[in-house]
Amino acid sequence: MSTEEKAAAAAAEAASGNGKPDVGSTAAEGLSIVARTQGQLVRRRFFRHRGAMISLTILVLVVLLAYTSIGFAGIPGWWIWNYYTPGKVVNRGAPTLSLWPTFLGGDGFAIGLHPFGQDDLGRDYFALTMRGAQISILIAFVVGIVGTLIGVVIGALSGFYRGWVESVLMRFTDVMITIPILVIAAVLGQKFGGAGPLVLAIVLGLVLWTALARLIRGEFLSLREKEFVEAARALGAKPTRIIFRHILPNTVGVITVAATLLVANAILLETALSFLGFGVRAPDTSLGLLVSTYQNAFTTRPWLFWWPGLFIITIALTVNFIGDGLRDAFDPRQNRVRG
Amino acid sequence: MAPFIIRRLFISFFVLLGATFIVYVLAASAGDPRSALEESTDPGKANRIAAMTRNLSLDVPIIPRYFAWLGGALGCLIGKCDLGNTASGAPVSGGLSVAMGSTLRLVVFALVIAIVVGVSIGMITALRQYSGLDYSVTFLAFLFFSLPVFWIAVLMKQFLAIKFNDWLKAPSIPPWVILASAAVTGLIAAGVVGGDRRRRLAAFGGAAIAVGLLMTYFAVTDWFAEPAIGPVAMVVMSAITAIAATALFAGFRSRVVLYATLVTAAVGVICYFALDSVLADPTILVIIGLLVLALLVGAGIGAAMGGLYRSQAIKACMLTAFGCGGLIFASELLAALPAYSAEVNGVVVATIGATTPNFSGNFWETTLDQLGHLLLPTIAIVLISIAAYTRYTRSSMLEVMNADYIRTARAKGLTERTVVVRHGFRNALIPITTIVALDVGGLIGGAIITETVFGWSGMGKYFNDALKIPDPNAVMGFFLVTGTAIVLFNMVADITYGFLDPRIRLS
Repeated sequence: MSTEEKAAAAAAEAASGNGKPDVGSTAAEGLSIVARTQGQLVRRRFFRHRGAMISLTILVLVVLLAYTSIGFAGIPGWWIWNYYTPGKVVNRGAPTLSLWPTFLGGDGFAIGLHPFGQDDLGRDYFALTMRGAQISILIAFVVGIVGTLIGVVIGALSGFYRGWVESVLMRFTDVMITIPILVIAAVLGQKFGGAGPLVLAIVLGLVLWTALARLIRGEFLSLREKEFVEAARALGAKPTRIIFRHILPNTVGVITVAATLLVANAILLETALSFLGFGVRAPDTSLGLLVSTYQNAFTTRPWLFWWPGLFIITIALTVNFIGDGLRDAFDPRQNRVRG
Repeated sequence: MAPFIIRRLFISFFVLLGATFIVYVLAASAGDPRSALEESTDPGKANRIAAMTRNLSLDVPIIPRYFAWLGGALGCLIGKCDLGNTASGAPVSGGLSVAMGSTLRLVVFALVIAIVVGVSIGMITALRQYSGLDYSVTFLAFLFFSLPVFWIAVLMKQFLAIKFNDWLKAPSIPPWVILASAAVTGLIAAGVVGGDRRRRLAAFGGAAIAVGLLMTYFAVTDWFAEPAIGPVAMVVMSAITAIAATALFAGFRSRVVLYATLVTAAVGVICYFALDSVLADPTILVIIGLLVLALLVGAGIGAAMGGLYRSQAIKACMLTAFGCGGLIFASELLAALPAYSAEVNGVVVATIGATTPNFSGNFWETTLDQLGHLLLPTIAIVLISIAAYTRYTRSSMLEVMNADYIRTARAKGLTERTVVVRHGFRNALIPITTIVALDVGGLIGGAIITETVFGWSGMGKYFNDALKIPDPNAVMGFFLVTGTAIVLFNMVADITYGFLDPRIRLS
């Protein structure tokens, strides 16, 4: 039994042992009952999920670092180099970042001129990695938004209206699920990869909604039979009102969790596509493209390989952990053994 | 059941038809395969462009071209397959079948390991929920979820292949490695055993000392320079296999099963000495024959000695026989290792391809060669898919262990082993079978990145190369195989679920 459950049990015992109905006057200070809305409960549980909060902090820092350092969409950043101007290669392009303090025999904390080193053209590798992170994050979030929107619409329509609408939409979903994600993404990437990251992201979002649609459909199927929906219908509510005011708010948990996991998948999908050569193309760059370009440099210049990989893992890992925290927050019963 | 299956087959067929249409249109409009030729300065350019146009029927609009392709592909149903030609004029079906064999070899092996290891880990973490072990495994599972295959593959090439091969030339084990591995094994053992502090300390001490002694023995005798499973090791390991098989299938209360497995293990040890001449340079058929024979002998011993526990004894003895056979096989392989290593200049763990080019040797050496090439891609696939299996098994097992019938089983006074293995685990496996079936379908075409990184010329690389051109016929050949596999295994998943869980079948 977890500590929270114990506290709840203790509170129940104290209340029942008391024998008096007026809890407020006799219950101990700490046991007074505070009314909380569903949203507040969820938020509290999420903020108490240590892994998710640490991940959220790290993710926000990474996003801030990526977008402020070299600037984005014409707005200049605070970093001195940009990611496209070649320069003179200093010291074989070795990284100048040093984190090892002097009293442990290191060089002390120093950022230096090129903290992540330089690539073979002398471009600053920190700026390049940041550009890669910008593009990868942008693609992942756009895919997440587009995929979630389509998934929710298709799932909601087929779950709510049933009948021929459901048959058509679900057969179409079945067809899309038959095509492996990487295959259809690669075929689309081959066609649209050259058109810029935003187009690529939207196109990928157009094929990544299948799992979400099935999930939302299931939720709608069970919710539309509930009494409160019947009550709303009896009061004369129109379908749009029932969908948006009564059913959709009850699926927010499922949607949020699924959308988060979709973003995590999209990061890995984009890097994989760029690695294979069907994603983002040069002269623009992404984390997957950087790993792909420098995978043979591992023995001689390992920093060209380490940094983009570490950023991919950090982003994917933190997003996955946030998704896990959200799931626990929305559905605390899951994965608990009865004590 | 039959109407259900027929209906599913019918729907699946049309779903697949729709999917082929989408993929064909997308692949055909992905780019012009002739563009690379048009830029070349080759004098025979016009001829080659004309040849490619003819091979891929590029002069026909996309929709009629799809139906022409479909006509040929539907011929597969009546045994006359015509999947069209590739851009270079070779028939698609030829290259495809070679690639398929190669992929299956890679994927089947990896999948079996991933399922066995992932399900066991998931089960252990569910039984030890909220322990240090559970948290560590959960973190690792998330980490593996988030790992890009192509990135980890490069690291593995460096550290598990190049560095390991160098180390194997002059193997020496420094003391800190011995200490560290002893400590890690001890911690894992303590986490797995669980219970109160004394039990955990005992598990830690026992495992750490055992591993420490083993590693010291390896270091002192320079075992890795000439690895072998000696007679003593064979006896000890067969006995351990017998005991483990008994623990898994019957528990130690039923002594007859223990005696039966120990007799099986003894027969295994005798075979270890007796089979030397047969195993000098066998063929694969001899190996398979011996395996079947071993399983039959195991089943026979179990049936003869099992008594009241006959069915458990048969299973436990067959597992023991399989384990002993595996040990003998491994011992023969290890014996061939020094000769093989010398022949390939110490590149025991290869980083690329499926075999060493122009290599020939006896059965054991070629097997070593294939295994050395399989090792890294297998680890890559296992690492990625193991995380999912661990999580699924854990949550499915947790749900089952919360069920009322588990409480009933405990209340009846059954042993914990019986409750976990016979009442819990069997039911927890039902949803996992579905996931496995879906995964098998996906993996056949899903190893695209792994194959590309490790230069494995299977389906994934076939697809990758075809799409680079882009060659719609070759892409479609790939998709026809993978799509059919996915649709078929989806059906298998549904049917097995109905079969295993009568509630679904009867409702």
